[in-house]
Amino acid sequence: MADILVVAELAEGKVKKATHSAITFARQVAQGTGGSFSILLVGAGAAGAAAEVAGFGAKALLVADSAALANYTAERFAPTVIEAAKGFQVVVGTATSIGKDMLPRVAAALNAGYANDISAVHVDGAKLVYKRPMFAGNAFGYCSVSTPVQVVSVRQSEFTPAEPTGGASPSQAIPVAAPAPGADRVEFVSFDQVKTARPALTDAKVVVAGGRALKEKFNEVLEPLADTFGAAIGASRAACDAGYAPSDYQVGQTGKIVAPQLYFAVGISGAIQHLAGMKGSKVIVAINKDGEAPIFQVADYGLVADLFQAVPELARAAQAAKG
Amino acid sequence: MKILVPLKRVADPDNANKVKIPAGGATIDTTGLEWKPNPFDEYALEAALRLTENGASPKARQGEVVVVSFGPKDMEPTLRSALATGADRAIRVDAKDDQLDGALVARALKALIEKEKPDYVLMGKQAVDGDSNQVGQMLAQLLGWPQATFAATIQEEAGALLVGREVDGGVLTLRVKGPAIVTVDLRIVAPTSVFSKSTARTFKYNDGVRFAPLPAIMAAKKKPLAEVKLSELTSDTALRVEYVKFEPPPGRQAGVKVKDVGDLVHRLKNDAKVL
Repeated sequence: MADILVVAELAEGKVKKATHSAITFARQVAQGTGGSFSILLVGAGAAGAAAEVAGFGAKALLVADSAALANYTAERFAPTVIEAAKGFQVVVGTATSIGKDMLPRVAAALNAGYANDISAVHVDGAKLVYKRPMFAGNAFGYCSVSTPVQVVSVRQSEFTPAEPTGGASPSQAIPVAAPAPGADRVEFVSFDQVKTARPALTDAKVVVAGGRALKEKFNEVLEPLADTFGAAIGASRAACDAGYAPSDYQVGQTGKIVAPQLYFAVGISGAIQHLAGMKGSKVIVAINKDGEAPIFQVADYGLVADLFQAVPELARAAQAAKG
Repeated sequence: MKILVPLKRVADPDNANKVKIPAGGATIDTTGLEWKPNPFDEYALEAALRLTENGASPKARQGEVVVVSFGPKDMEPTLRSALATGADRAIRVDAKDDQLDGALVARALKALIEKEKPDYVLMGKQAVDGDSNQVGQMLAQLLGWPQATFAATIQEEAGALLVGREVDGGVLTLRVKGPAIVTVDLRIVAPTSVFSKSTARTFKYNDGVRFAPLPAIMAAKKKPLAEVKLSELTSDTALRVEYVKFEPPPGRQAGVKVKDVGDLVHRLKNDAKVL
């Protein structure tokens, strides 16, 4: 039997969608082992956000709300997670930038093994076996954690977001733990948010991604196509490095991992590090001038063409076909 | 400023699609792939060098850069290369690759750092073989130090580092005072990503990491390279995470080449049904 603590992630007083993937993990493990799961919400506005996850079948909602926790830093948030984790066998969060920043600290404090960015879990008797991508997605490793407490981060694209099942989990306020040693040596300065009306890359059903070949016309070429599909815009590392796209757009082993219904790779050659971030996509369309580009080896539909002509034409034709 | 840079060697990441998984999946076979420094750790070393120099006169080191690696003796060329690019000395913690996991490396590094007392530890945000992204954060927790992960920019100012972190949705800036852990992201080696207090803010580095000239490669043979036993750093050598099996990812078949945009739209609508 395993009792699982889901560490919810909040943004501006709302529960981030990635949390629903962690709830899916928790349900799988709770069902497989005959245990239960609770959800922990830490941060300013956590009490208000708790209502959003009250109907997911959690045994309890643990809420640590404090105005002092307006801006996330690992040193100020992790201690509360570490305290709350006592009595649970599995602590799960999401492989987002906050989860990846904080959860290894939680694991170290609890002397727990940590499995990062997992894509599946198997319940094997009392043992949990985690599947996780390694070597830029060129191998999957199955690992188990031997410590009494295990800490896990889940890859959002691999766990279907949980839907509410009704009911109302009881909510319980818990104290905010004292900051970690060294917290006084780190100070939040600013958050420069990339403003966009588009869906988040990791949530989008359609992604339109561009490579360095687009040069300064990156947005001019991709936006109409993205508008047609209500898509998020992504980019290869080369396009980000060259400054044609913000670094937040990067899809790949070390950027965002996406698995949308439809992925357009425009002028992207298909380096293995890029493929690692998108080859879980359901349908892949590649448009590239170079017919030998490796991207065509993973694409369902390949179009060898000058993208400056083909993409605007595709945006118009797709719009017309949608009617 | 004294900076310690943990450096891991990995199987050539540009050929990671050539890793082999023998039938049964008991291991990952990287035979035939060259050892390379983990790219993120190389970037951390470059950032450490930039923080301990005036960019306009990089030969004079203003501080000390110590590189540390875990591995058998045959990994010493990786450390010698780091010395050739400008690190002052190296430490090899003698260990076999399969006797390590991230938590063990963090425990051992903690002991080493308490002895070395660097102002900052700079390291890659993850190694590109295990893709675990954990050691820096674990180390910060064990040491009771603050952390700034996924750094894309670092500016030294008034006894602190201003670190621009690449996070979901934008750039988050932290001010962190040493001793502290900083893990670096890809763009830390862009021309204007790192400024020491003596480098002019108008200075531009070459993009990427620096290469060692031949005289520096020769001189590196004389730089100190110490060996430490893993058991001298931690008595707890139990692995927290154990791999039971490996498998290759499901193959993805190349699809069809369409003849033009009209053909593509037709197939997206009628075959893939995504329109």
